[in-house]
Amino acid sequence: MNSSSKSRLIDRLDALYEYDREAVDEGKLYGWRTFIAMFSSEHIAGTEFVLGTLLVMHGVTAFDVFVGLAVGNTLAVLSWAFMCAPIAVRERLTIYWQIRKIAGPYLTIIYSGMFALILCLLAGSMVNVSTTAVTLPVNILSPNYAAGQTAPSVPWILTAIGVGAVIAVLAVLGFERLAHFAKVVAPWMPFIFVAGAIVSLRSLGVTGTGNFWQIVNEKIWTGIPRPGQIHYGFWHCVGLAWLCNIAQHMGMGDVTIFRYARKWQMGFCSAFGMFIGHYIAWICSGILCAAFVHSQLAAGVSDPNPTPGNIAMFGAGYAGIVCVLLAGWTTANPTLYRAGLAFQVATPNWRRWAVTLAAGAIMIVTACIPAILHYLDRIVAYYGLFFMPLGAFIFIDFWLFPRLGLARYYAEQKGLLMSWPAAAGWFGSFGICFLLSAKDQYQSMGWINNILPAFLANYKSDLFLQVLPAWLIAVTLYLVCSLIQQKMSPISQEQTK
Amino acid sequence: MTSQTKYILQAVSFAGLALSAFSAFLVFGGILTKEAYFRLMEAGMLMWFGTAVFWIRKDH
Repeated sequence: MNSSSKSRLIDRLDALYEYDREAVDEGKLYGWRTFIAMFSSEHIAGTEFVLGTLLVMHGVTAFDVFVGLAVGNTLAVLSWAFMCAPIAVRERLTIYWQIRKIAGPYLTIIYSGMFALILCLLAGSMVNVSTTAVTLPVNILSPNYAAGQTAPSVPWILTAIGVGAVIAVLAVLGFERLAHFAKVVAPWMPFIFVAGAIVSLRSLGVTGTGNFWQIVNEKIWTGIPRPGQIHYGFWHCVGLAWLCNIAQHMGMGDVTIFRYARKWQMGFCSAFGMFIGHYIAWICSGILCAAFVHSQLAAGVSDPNPTPGNIAMFGAGYAGIVCVLLAGWTTANPTLYRAGLAFQVATPNWRRWAVTLAAGAIMIVTACIPAILHYLDRIVAYYGLFFMPLGAFIFIDFWLFPRLGLARYYAEQKGLLMSWPAAAGWFGSFGICFLLSAKDQYQSMGWINNILPAFLANYKSDLFLQVLPAWLIAVTLYLVCSLIQQKMSPISQEQTK
Repeated sequence: MTSQTKYILQAVSFAGLALSAFSAFLVFGGILTKEAYFRLMEAGMLMWFGTAVFWIRKDH
């Protein structure tokens, strides 16, 4: 890439976010109700039907779920309230401009491109969820990955293409009406989750508070993983609840939203999303999953397939099917729209519709890969750990750099295309945490234990337990490298001006 | 939309949500069959979507 094409790429990137370059005016700020509504609707997605189910399949106990998810979601809310929102209301800039000032345009392009890819993947998982609802009434079987079906049938793929195409076309046309419809759907969905769970508890034999705890431990969260699944425990529940939106809170993605908040305390509005979507809905989908599996085993089915469509039909009938369809659809659409925006950065002069359709094609392909739903919890963990370090840099740059006598927004002030301390902190943190987890997770990477010092070789840690190590490694690397960088090349008086 | 119409629409919407929750408790209590519960859930859904779409405001 020559220098003129590099500058064109950076210009395009800046032009795309031109309207967000300035800090938000005082007159455009929103109050508590807006943020409560936004969080409540955004965090009840089709994927909640999957994540609650996965916790059951991974053999957590009832204590792990009820207490672990409460702890993890509380940590997530505190991260929004004390890390993300205070910086958002002081700076009132988007995540794009924050990263741009700290890490330089090249790393921002990498961030945008990778973010677009992961958004396509998440949108694909939502299409997959919706497709399980559409195929059920017409007797097209959804693939059972746990039973070895690694590819869906042709009719299922054709249905997924149809569902994905509708979503992609609506994203191209703009989604104002759909956004309104999503707002209408949001208050109704928790009722379907809760109603389905109450009915399912009855079918599992719960008759009241007297035998509730005994039955949920014996029949739902048994502490025994299903064949082929890794065993999860308390800290996995904490980690999953904390990690699954970490790109938004500790990763600072939601500074883009909270820059419109009147007060930093509005970060606590995230509690509505977390405790309705990632606590109640996950618990309910776990109950639905267990009740469905028990009923299928009782009916003589050897390999029950607890897809979102199947468990919702079991718990709430056709209302459940509609809920799954809409939960996947209404969240896949804005996700795809955002992916299109992010992709637009890296595509030379492509029209918005073409970029969004291309993103839609990737979404449809990922929707047809059953492994993605099966490993969705680990995918969101990788996603969180990958994007979190950049938020850590924003946090450190804001709170610590002035106290240490370091210059803020060094990359911007120096006109750097890429901040090497940010690159070292970002890729170093993710790489180290990945290897520390992968050495015990994947056989092919077991050799790493042989070359590590004993204390690290004996360190057994899953992805979900890496939040704090990842944050600390990212911050340490970034801080040490920034100290070296600014010592070697301090900002002159002229550059400060 | 007059405020009276809005109140009526809201009343039907919330009645739809209440119907969805209430019917589940009736099944739990052994008073309602699962088939009847499914029908009530569908009725609750229609009551909610048929009315909420008119009074829930669009984002700006």
